[in-house]
Amino acid sequence: MTGEPRDVGPAGSSAPDVAPDRRWRVVVAGLVPVVLIAALLGFGLGRNPRDLQSANRLEGREAPGFELRDFRTGRTVRMSDLRGHPVVVNFWASWCADCRVEHTDLVAAWQRFGNQGAVFLSVLYQDTTDGADDFLAQFPADWPNLLDPGGRTALDYGVTGVPETVFVDPQGRIDHKQIGVTSYPLLARELGRMLGDR
Amino acid sequence: MRIRGAAVAVLAAVAVAGVALAVAAARGPSAPPTFAERVRSVAAELRCPVCQNLSVADSPSELARQMRGEIGRRLNAGQAPGEIRAYFVSRYGRWILLTPSAGGLGLVVWAAPVLAVAGGGVVAFTVLRRRRRRIPNGDEDSDEPPGSEPGGADARLTGEERARIERELAELEEVP
Repeated sequence: MTGEPRDVGPAGSSAPDVAPDRRWRVVVAGLVPVVLIAALLGFGLGRNPRDLQSANRLEGREAPGFELRDFRTGRTVRMSDLRGHPVVVNFWASWCADCRVEHTDLVAAWQRFGNQGAVFLSVLYQDTTDGADDFLAQFPADWPNLLDPGGRTALDYGVTGVPETVFVDPQGRIDHKQIGVTSYPLLARELGRMLGDR
Repeated sequence: MRIRGAAVAVLAAVAVAGVALAVAAARGPSAPPTFAERVRSVAAELRCPVCQNLSVADSPSELARQMRGEIGRRLNAGQAPGEIRAYFVSRYGRWILLTPSAGGLGLVVWAAPVLAVAGGGVVAFTVLRRRRRRIPNGDEDSDEPPGSEPGGADARLTGEERARIERELAELEEVP
């Protein structure tokens, strides 16, 4: 620019001709990163950090095997022995309020589908057998209730809390995983479909 | 002069880093980590699923305790830390890793600081070069903004421009 003739235009118009263009460039250059960072923050802060994406992670995969003991009968249950049956694996605890909420629905589904070949298993999660016995005296369940030492089976199924319910199809694949309270309509839909597919 | 100063600073930083590396090498390899340290090392890279911003190593929750137990069992079984991380990822997703992956969407997190520094460098370089060009006689060390040096504004005007300004100022004065 030094020493070069410039077309300054009519009197008083040279500054408005050049400055707004440059000013806009500065404004845009400043706004782009601000908008990008704001969008990223909006995306990140608008999500629940505890909302795990593991719910559907296991669906379609083979159900992890386990060999757990029923703490009331002493009988051992192996997942591998249950091929050919739709299996409902319900993780629960006596201290879990939502487990009381869903219990009636589980019992109703058990009464309807248990004699059609569906297998129900409850796995005790971070609880004591004393607490579980008290719960089951109050809310009876006629299917196996299994102990999970060290929570290994819960980890294998990606459990983060209770209640969680995993539906395993007769081929041994995880068909659906419900995080939170399950319901009779959900149990009836999943079991009806899996029993029909058999 | 400034460039020379910056070069000296960079050389000094490289020299300090070299000395630090030499000292570390002279001390030899550190003692192998204990079993608890190995468990903690893996647990520190995993996010506690039921906590807010706590690693499995730092969380007092029951689930984190069980996860640490599982890490210990797997280390005892001869699994490598990478295999144990892969196990938890297969159960809980990539979300479980505290360090974002260097691929996919995680690449943004790694690349953004580098791109920001590179972009800032380009902007700073461009601005400084443009500013230096504006200063007459190529005085690199001048801190004064363009036009503030003695006679600076007039010195950049050609005779034709000066004549035009004077002519238009005179026209303005004639306007009632």
